[in-house]
Amino acid sequence: MSSEIPEELYDYSKREPRRPTPTDPEVDGYPIPMDVRRRLYQRQQELRQFEQRAYDLFMQNLVKGTSHLSLGMEAVSAGFAEALRPDDYTFATYRGHAHTLSKGVSPGGVMAELLGRENGILQGKGGSMHLTSVEHNMMGSYAIIGAHLCIANGTAWSAQMRGTDQVTVVFFGDGTTNIGAFHEALNFAAIWDLPIVFVCENNLYMEYTPIDYITAVEHPAADRASAYGLDRIVVDGNDADAVYQVATEVVGKARQGGGPSMVEAVTYRHGGHSRADPGKYRPPEEIEAWKNQDPIQVYHSRLLRLGLPEQDLIEIQQSVATMVDEATEFAKSGQPPSPELAMTDLWADGGSSWRN
Amino acid sequence: MARMTMIESIRDAHFVSMEADDAVVVFGEDVGHFGGVFRCTQGLQERFGKHRCFDAPISELGIVGAAIGMAANGLRPCVEIQFADYMYPAYDQIVSEAARIRHRSVGDFTVPMTIRMPTGGGIYGGQTHSQSPEALFTHVSGLKTVVPSTPYDAKGLLLASIEDNDPVIFLEPKRLYNGPFDGHYDRPVVPWSKHESAEVPEGHYTVPLGKAVVRRPGADVTVLAYGTMVYVALAAAEESGIDAEVIDLRTLIPLDTELIIESVKKTGRCIVVHEATRTSGFGAELAAIVQEEAFFHLEAPIRRVTGWDTPYPHAQEWDYFPGPDRVRAVMSDVMEV
Ligand SMILES: Cc1ncc(C[n+]2csc(CCOP(=O)(O)OP(=O)(O)O)c2C)c(N)n1
Ligand SMILES: [Mg+2]
Repeated sequence: MSSEIPEELYDYSKREPRRPTPTDPEVDGYPIPMDVRRRLYQRQQELRQFEQRAYDLFMQNLVKGTSHLSLGMEAVSAGFAEALRPDDYTFATYRGHAHTLSKGVSPGGVMAELLGRENGILQGKGGSMHLTSVEHNMMGSYAIIGAHLCIANGTAWSAQMRGTDQVTVVFFGDGTTNIGAFHEALNFAAIWDLPIVFVCENNLYMEYTPIDYITAVEHPAADRASAYGLDRIVVDGNDADAVYQVATEVVGKARQGGGPSMVEAVTYRHGGHSRADPGKYRPPEEIEAWKNQDPIQVYHSRLLRLGLPEQDLIEIQQSVATMVDEATEFAKSGQPPSPELAMTDLWADGGSSWRN
Repeated sequence: MARMTMIESIRDAHFVSMEADDAVVVFGEDVGHFGGVFRCTQGLQERFGKHRCFDAPISELGIVGAAIGMAANGLRPCVEIQFADYMYPAYDQIVSEAARIRHRSVGDFTVPMTIRMPTGGGIYGGQTHSQSPEALFTHVSGLKTVVPSTPYDAKGLLLASIEDNDPVIFLEPKRLYNGPFDGHYDRPVVPWSKHESAEVPEGHYTVPLGKAVVRRPGADVTVLAYGTMVYVALAAAEESGIDAEVIDLRTLIPLDTELIIESVKKTGRCIVVHEATRTSGFGAELAAIVQEEAFFHLEAPIRRVTGWDTPYPHAQEWDYFPGPDRVRAVMSDVMEV
């Protein structure tokens, strides 16, 4: 049997590169108002520049522990954020900086959390992988694969029961579609007819393994949707307008009582899985092809084609750069939290003692 | 003899066992091509082929479940869970099935399986990448639980685990992968290449399960430790000037009760050190055994130095971590009784 093993199995970087589907020219003509498009551009710039700064701070050894960036994947988060109301709920994975910012959480507070400072949004208790802001209905970043899909169903059930028309959106990766929790969560959402949207950010890799090597179907989320009575939806995850359009439809459907949906947004991470990973297991041509279809470049060119003056785009970039500088200053000004702070909030009485 | 890091010696144990026995198969997430997140299985797929070393989807339950079925049918799977913190989806398979199948099938259906997982903190992993769940395994009848502290032991214990006919949980202290970390986080870690216990013989040898070892003989107080805490205890002993006897348990189940009791009877004092949370930790079991079997030799209460009863904090890592200062303070305390 071993003679049948193709060489590429031993070296994934030598496999046939998987290139992005070219940007659909029709998207230019989508009826998306220009002010929405400006916001989509601005949001993507924020996510991009924030992550670049987070990376730099890592390199300066200021960020504690590891961290997972969304560089190259900004269009998915931005596109959905624009389709949501402030009182809608979102759930993210450990790759959650972007989704936290997209929900309107303060960049300074998020940056400070990455640095493990007391002025961080979780007083340093969560760190990069567990960003949460219930105040913004950003219901958390989850480091254990699959957990949050099930939890999100509960949030959606609660909204349904309370009779609000809030929608829950839960983001997860392609690799997550292989854990039991994914399938359990979809079935619950379907039988309870929940106002929830499952969004698979398919960046083609779990950690270091190409998703197609360990998944039964080509599209890890979309090809399984029918098993739960859901439509098969695949969208270009590097095109914020395409994502926004689909997001508006599925979120609208959920809000009107039309039940759950699942969207697979195909995208790519520019860097490795986490800080320590140079991402060498990917064919260089593949990385290049996706970088050539970078969501921000795609969007920048579109806005120019649609007649927005380049000066406006430059101004957006610059205002975002200032915002990221301010966030960094705020984060660096924070103190490390005191040891006692770790002992708080384990129990409802505010403490951590179990003895009377 | 070559000096190896703990990663290299674990890798070497895989090579030796797979070479010796075709029944040994190795799999897990990113284990095949990539060679594992900590590189402990690097090169195995290339050498032994995709049918003996392969990648699994993200599905801990599926991985352990499949390993149980393989083990019951003539194979000896050695699977990797990327971090001990990810084992909970597999916990049902481990507890309800792997640990009990032999007993309920009157010895017919057996599970010679090893589950490797990195444990412990000290890498700013926060609450989901730092846990030490050994007590969740030692509490389950039918599981063996191993925690090596040197490259030499890691290889010998892993070979013994793979060859063992019962399910073995093999916990690798990730802070020890590259050097013997003693809790002084502000000092550079001495790499294994400068350490004698990194001498790893070529080829096959085993370190038997159930045998502890005295890492530092002493007369004043017995310190029971395993994994990273062995080095913390050694540092504390050196720095305190107290003549502590440091015992590295190496396997928690089966436990080398004899060596422990012999030592406590000699010193008359006992401290247990572990990184896991305190309440219902393995230290509680150790303290119970010591008082049951050496009560009349004790000159001071048995003390525990452990992690706090909180999730592993992200920002206060070194306050939670029971470092040499905390161990030293308790050593002085028990000497004053
Ligand atoms: C239960 C569990 N198993 C394994 C891991 C380790 N792990 C962290 S991220 C990851 C890959 C996830 O891939 P994917 O879902 O595609 O998300 P991406 O990182 O690509 O965004 C793995 C295996 C984990 N966090 N939880
Ligand atoms: Mg992925």
